Amino acid sequence: MPKITYIEHNGTKHAIDVPVGKSVMQGAVDNGVPGIDADCGGECACATCHVFVDEAWLAKTGTPGDQEKSMVSFAATAQPNSRLSCQIEVTPALDGLIVRMPEAQH
Amino acid sequence: MSQAVPRIVIAGAGHAGGSASAFLRQYGWKGEILLVGEEAIPPYQRPPLSKAWLKGEATAESLALRPVHFYEKQAIALRLGTRVTAIDRAAKTVTLSDGETVGYEHLILALGARPRALPIPGHDLAGVLALRGTRDADALQSALKPGARIAIIGGGYIGLEVAASARALGAGATVIERESRVLARVAGQDLSAFLARAHAERGVEILCNAAVEAITGEAGRAAGVQLKDGRVIPADIVLVGVGAVPNEELAREAGLACENGIVVDIQARTADPAICAIGDCTRRPLPLYDRMGRLESVPNAIEQAKQAAAAICGRSPPPAEVPWFWSDQYDLRLQMAGLAFDAVTAVVRGDPAAGSFAVFHLDAAGRAMAVEAVNAPADFMAGRLIVSKQSVVSPEALRDPAQDLKALAT
Repeated sequence: MPKITYIEHNGTKHAIDVPVGKSVMQGAVDNGVPGIDADCGGECACATCHVFVDEAWLAKTGTPGDQEKSMVSFAATAQPNSRLSCQIEVTPALDGLIVRMPEAQH
Repeated sequence: MSQAVPRIVIAGAGHAGGSASAFLRQYGWKGEILLVGEEAIPPYQRPPLSKAWLKGEATAESLALRPVHFYEKQAIALRLGTRVTAIDRAAKTVTLSDGETVGYEHLILALGARPRALPIPGHDLAGVLALRGTRDADALQSALKPGARIAIIGGGYIGLEVAASARALGAGATVIERESRVLARVAGQDLSAFLARAHAERGVEILCNAAVEAITGEAGRAAGVQLKDGRVIPADIVLVGVGAVPNEELAREAGLACENGIVVDIQARTADPAICAIGDCTRRPLPLYDRMGRLESVPNAIEQAKQAAAAICGRSPPPAEVPWFWSDQYDLRLQMAGLAFDAVTAVVRGDPAAGSFAVFHLDAAGRAMAVEAVNAPADFMAGRLIVSKQSVVSPEALRDPAQDLKALAT
């Protein structure tokens, strides 16, 4: 199972095995990782699962769609490596992925 | 009742109760957590019931709020198929529907709401449905075959979402609305008009100013809806979607204040320091609008779950959020933020005819109170920010497609 490392804003690390086919958001929510709210449950409607993708992994996580781009660019702390984690599907190629959470999702 | 380890009992295992159990662990609660839910399955997401679930595009796994192993790993005890039937505040115990008495250090009431009943002749016929849980949705789904006809009483979000799903499933749909427009209670005129047109273009019949007299039946099954003006809308199934009533009786019987919802403060606390209440069943402060109100939404359930968990774990209260809502109908993504209290001006940005626009609602002082966006996620996000600051914005700037909305959030 691909291992994904979630790093909270305060530096706390959570290394989680996430099944292929789940989203990076679900990996966090299903394991009680703090810092990803996911109000809408993965519908790309709320932008409360905002993460910063580690630069080394940006290309492998793919390109955000238009809806995601519009949503995430307005997140309070958006950066060029911002993604909505509900829109990143876990694949074997993402084994080792590192994402960091913003200070707050709202 | 003395106990070695302090226990939190959460009465209600919907989105609010399930989220509260997770936040309590995240915030460091080390004691027991007992999550008591009336339905037979662990907490799940209700929004897909009228959409993806109804259309057969969701699975039990995707519907679940969290996988079952989450509750095991987090040491959250699930007591399903069970209700809390009474609260003894002096003894700090609750009685469960199986007769057991359980002590609590803290009690969180996450009792939800139930579909408002329509007390008209025929309401108890077979084929008359409401939509709240998976069992309702499954009954609806099995009836929505190609060629079936559904009459939907109530042009609210549930009604319109089910109408859209019915069309996708090849069923015919008629929406019967008492008011002069759909979404009269929860949306502005522009959005109502746009959606009425969008549904009509996709084959949904929408009847406004239509008062329902009775549900007609044949051999014990619903056969149509009779209107006060004499018209009869033939139907194989009738969905009643005329709002929801908060489940507050348990709290009221325990002497807690209820006024169309269990009254709570901004940290989801009732007047009893050991009892919080969260989600659809509460009447809560709306800090941006300086009044109390009841919000039926997932974001509200999650926000109050956080408030209660923070209050119990001694954390500072989470920052107030702008109430927001979403809906999907056909290829239309609706996102709404804020509440249009005291709004006097509606400003449309974008072109409804092109299917992408946002409506901003301003009060007399020109402050943005709410935004409604259709296929306009950037306008929604910027609008939510503007509403959170209650910025004074000029209608001309909002209408100008070249205007950067983020710059208006001051």
